Amino acid sequence: MSARRPTLGVWKFASCDGCQLTLLDCEDELLALAATVDVVHFPEAGPVRPDGRYDLSIVEGSITTPEDAERIAEVRARSRRLVTIGACANGGGVQALRNFADVDGFLDLVYATPQYISTLRDSTPASAHVRVDFELQGCPPDKRQLLEVVSAFLNDRRPAVSGHSVCLECKRRGTVCVMVAHGTPCLGPLTHAGCGALCPSYNRGCYGCFGPAESVGADTGLHRTFYGARRDG
Amino acid sequence: MAERIIVSHPGGIARVEGEGEVRLRISGGRVEDVQLRIFEPPRLFEAFLRGRHCGELPDLTARICGICPVAYQLSACAAVEDACGVEVPAPVRDLRRLLYCGEWIESHALHVFFLQAPDALGYESAFSMAARHGDVVRGALQLKQAGNALLRAVGGREIHPVNVRVGGFYRAPSQAELAPVAEQLHAVRDFARRMIAWTAALPLPDIEEDFTFVALQEPDRYAIEGGRMTTTTALDLGPHAFDGHVVEEQVPHSTALHARLRGAGRYLTGPLARYALSGDRLSPAARGAARDAGLPAVVRNPFRAIVVRCAEILHAVDEALALIAAYDPPDPPAVAVAPRAATGAGWTEAPRGLLWHRYELAADGTIRDARIVPPTAQNLARIEDSVRARVEGCADLGDEALRDRCEQTVRTFDPCISCATHFLRLELDRR
Repeated sequence: MSARRPTLGVWKFASCDGCQLTLLDCEDELLALAATVDVVHFPEAGPVRPDGRYDLSIVEGSITTPEDAERIAEVRARSRRLVTIGACANGGGVQALRNFADVDGFLDLVYATPQYISTLRDSTPASAHVRVDFELQGCPPDKRQLLEVVSAFLNDRRPAVSGHSVCLECKRRGTVCVMVAHGTPCLGPLTHAGCGALCPSYNRGCYGCFGPAESVGADTGLHRTFYGARRDG
Repeated sequence: MAERIIVSHPGGIARVEGEGEVRLRISGGRVEDVQLRIFEPPRLFEAFLRGRHCGELPDLTARICGICPVAYQLSACAAVEDACGVEVPAPVRDLRRLLYCGEWIESHALHVFFLQAPDALGYESAFSMAARHGDVVRGALQLKQAGNALLRAVGGREIHPVNVRVGGFYRAPSQAELAPVAEQLHAVRDFARRMIAWTAALPLPDIEEDFTFVALQEPDRYAIEGGRMTTTTALDLGPHAFDGHVVEEQVPHSTALHARLRGAGRYLTGPLARYALSGDRLSPAARGAARDAGLPAVVRNPFRAIVVRCAEILHAVDEALALIAAYDPPDPPAVAVAPRAATGAGWTEAPRGLLWHRYELAADGTIRDARIVPPTAQNLARIEDSVRARVEGCADLGDEALRDRCEQTVRTFDPCISCATHFLRLELDRR
């Protein structure tokens, strides 16, 4: 590593703030991290310097306005590595439900004078606009995985984040399959691991907040069980 | 005097949740106009919730805010349960309150030590503050961690908990799962108590303002997960009466709507309001420490909200410890909530203030209409007044000093701009 501390930028687009809060929630590691890197831009934590150069940029949120489409390109141009974190930055997020609807009608519903509001028709992931070096899944991402990704990129190696499904995590922690045993529909077979199979351990089906696992097809063997399962009120 | 437009800090006001801008127009040495401009992209929740099932609300509305997801989950649950004519039993309500205490601790600790305290001490961030105030920053991290541990133990995880459902919880945590959290809370309690005096001794601006306060109130305790809406104008309302008294208006400079109280105008919800209306119901230790720190019964200096937040942190720690000590897992952890065609309204006290939801449901539980009024949207207009009060008569100050005053004033109110769905950058327009 060079003598100079690597520079970090943390950027927010359309989102709930939860992903960057995950970084601030690393209570045991936060001060060590802040001493290891030069936190150049991280408005929520304090530093606001959007015109710098960043060895690593961490991006939260989806692209929903013409201004943000320009801003993400600017962030990319200023960053050596760009990592997107969370469901919004990686897939458009919950606000991508608008992609299936009439956005003008949506604006009319929320705002009395929608012409003040400028918005794109779709909510899209950062990767639809710029090259992304790594996408960390999760809504919110897992703390350990986030620290692994940050430390990997700061050390110029690939992050060790395995892309298997939630099912394996259930097996590992010994949780009885909620779909097979209780008939509860569960997206675990299709969903990217990282949460530690949280929902099944709370007697509910996975609702897919980590997005798709790396290599899953529609036919996982469990899909017939899924379609046969009752709707979970 | 020449007209000047100065835009400071492109990239957003630092240390607020979300991004936005304050625009100040000074002409002839007078402050002509103050605008808190929020143009964070609209996420259109109220629109895309239409057609979804009401059982999805806790998972969907949590995503409005990563700092206060529990507030959204529990306000949504309250509104749906109201629509369906269901009241959850006391043990379920207690468990909700316990979960909520975790969110108050985590959210307030973040604001007090990471967002506001650096202003009072002249630092850019808690990271730089740690060099000389290491004990405070480390203590704050442990305090925040304890709040998060509580959220994790009851909700499954700290951000967007998975255990909340309409009617209660998917699974009640065992006593054994809560015991280590109680230990953690005991360990940070003394720090929480000391920080009331510590924040009270910070060099804060000395300014008094008149506020119309709005907060939920309960007769026998400090309201968190329910209650009746009360005001310093002597209103006392149930959740269905909210939109009859609160008017929301769109303003051109903001993607967030502005609220005012019919007949009273701009108002404030949040810690200062809660403390003014039910400070006598804080835990004895929190009340005692606040009194010892010289906090009056009604705090009219918005900058001293930092002390009130610390008193609320200690209260939440005490409340959580009492709830854990008396805890018996509710069985079943949730009551059945059969949907029906009806309109329901509900509210809770988010860390930043009153959060109101209303849903119109179809007979099968499909959402026909949704309305969500977050605390920050209610406070935005009132925050503009405070910014004005802070810079009034100071037009001869330099640009940087004015910028600092504006930003610090906005920060003391802890606005959650993602909640108000929307964006802060400071623009100073001098004529």
